[in-house]
Amino acid sequence: MLFAIGVLSLVFLMGYEMYAGSGPSLAKFGWHFLVSSTWDPVQEEFGALPLIFGTVASSLLGLLISLPLSLGVAMFLSELAPRWLERPLSFLVELLAAIPSIVYGLWGVFVLVPWLRTTVEPLLRKNLGFIPLFSGPGYGFGMLAAGLILSVMVLPIIASISRDVMRSVPNLQREAAFGLGATRWETTKVILTSAKSGILGATLLGLGRALGETMAVTLVIGNRSQIAASLFAPSYSMASVIANEFAEATTDMYTSALIEVALVLFVVTVILNAFARLIVWSVTRRYKSA
Amino acid sequence: MNDTGRWYLLWRKTKNNAMIAFAAACLVIAVIPLVLIFSYTLLQGISSLNLDFFIQMPKPVGETGGGMANALVGTGILLGLGALIGLPVGIMAGIYLAEYGNNPLGAAVRFLADVLSGIPSIVVGVVAYIIVVLPMKHFSALAGGVALAILMIPTVTRTTEEMIRLVPHSYREAGLAIGIPRWKTTLRIILPTALKGITTGILLAIARAAGETAPLLFTALGNRFWSTAIDQPIASLTVFIYDYTKAPFEDWNRQAWAAGFVLIALIFTISVVFRIVTRSRYEER
Repeated sequence: MLFAIGVLSLVFLMGYEMYAGSGPSLAKFGWHFLVSSTWDPVQEEFGALPLIFGTVASSLLGLLISLPLSLGVAMFLSELAPRWLERPLSFLVELLAAIPSIVYGLWGVFVLVPWLRTTVEPLLRKNLGFIPLFSGPGYGFGMLAAGLILSVMVLPIIASISRDVMRSVPNLQREAAFGLGATRWETTKVILTSAKSGILGATLLGLGRALGETMAVTLVIGNRSQIAASLFAPSYSMASVIANEFAEATTDMYTSALIEVALVLFVVTVILNAFARLIVWSVTRRYKSA
Repeated sequence: MNDTGRWYLLWRKTKNNAMIAFAAACLVIAVIPLVLIFSYTLLQGISSLNLDFFIQMPKPVGETGGGMANALVGTGILLGLGALIGLPVGIMAGIYLAEYGNNPLGAAVRFLADVLSGIPSIVVGVVAYIIVVLPMKHFSALAGGVALAILMIPTVTRTTEEMIRLVPHSYREAGLAIGIPRWKTTLRIILPTALKGITTGILLAIARAAGETAPLLFTALGNRFWSTAIDQPIASLTVFIYDYTKAPFEDWNRQAWAAGFVLIALIFTISVVFRIVTRSRYEER
């Protein structure tokens, strides 16, 4: 049964290997790596700021779109939907999570991006063009496309975990609310309050997934290392720079800079996931023991 | 009831119905992309699928036709390698958690397995690159297999654990009561009982791994030629989809849809089977 310890050490091994692998880059750039915005393989100058910005901005955009939707879905599935409807619908939402990210990317490139380019972006520019967020030429590929794809991908995660959390709230609370003459929605509000921290955990898990999402984002984000104000502008993310450039990295410094990007991603997602799991766990366990 | 009371009640009821409608609308909006993606892949995929896709090799740039026979085999080999490395670790860890894991070590392993499943697959690819590709000095199917194995481990561990936990306690006690040692009880009584569930859990992990692209880009790399050697770069369906999606040739884009369709069909079949098996399990209890 030593294998269990194997799983344990795997996480540490991964962290160590990447730390060791990024040694040259860590030594040369130090903290500067995180705040510099030049990414120039020829001069061997590496700064990850635009990548970090791209990752964070696209993930937050994705969350912004999907959070209200997934809360609605979770509410509907756990509190409001009739029983016969609930099972097939839950299954459908879970199927969304089973689609490989490359297929999302495929769909993004051939369906979503052309639609954005010909319909959505001109429309937004015409009506809201005075806001920098919606200005500039739209190619379809860019931040907006990445955010939309991410929101579709993150939604099933947040929705299904929030649903589980809401369902783990004891029936007693529901009955108490109904007993006071509350309507269905008012009862749901009570449940939402109880499940609040669990839903936060679910959101963080979704964020973790969005931060690390590679293939779909790489295909639609446009892959240009810049920080732009416009949602239409092509951008870059940490995961996509690794996907695009790792196999072609020629010098040791280049490779180790990319490994450092992976290390940053690793550390951030481990912390985020650990935190989120703890929250979800403590919530579901509290109600189980009660 | 006085007049204000009645109005207030009406307001509450309206709000109630509005919120139910809102939640239902959310669900509809959430399902739309699924339907869109699914139907697009289905339509585009079926119309571009033909026999050549399964039995032909990729044609050189510029020529139409050809297929992905090597990628199908390559994906198979990669999954096989991943399963070979990842499954023993995952299953053993799962058994440990279910049978002996009610202590701090078990809790820590369970927790880290969950965390591990949240690590981006591209990072796993980088790790596989460091521990396999760098020492070997070239890309290989083995490196891809290692990456997929790391991705399979958490899923397999957790499902194995859950399936074993579903075995009623009386089985365990019966075994122990007639004097069978604990490890033998686990191996001969508990495992066979939970086997059906564990098998589907394994299939689920393999299905997830089959859809992974990011960790293969710079471990298995991809290959346009026939190769089954595990120390050489090897083709895979997902990397082909990636390359063919980016390619400016219409025929390649068509084949990307076909490959996507094959992939989705594979994964959905397994998910549905998993769902059916686990559901009957839960309802037995």
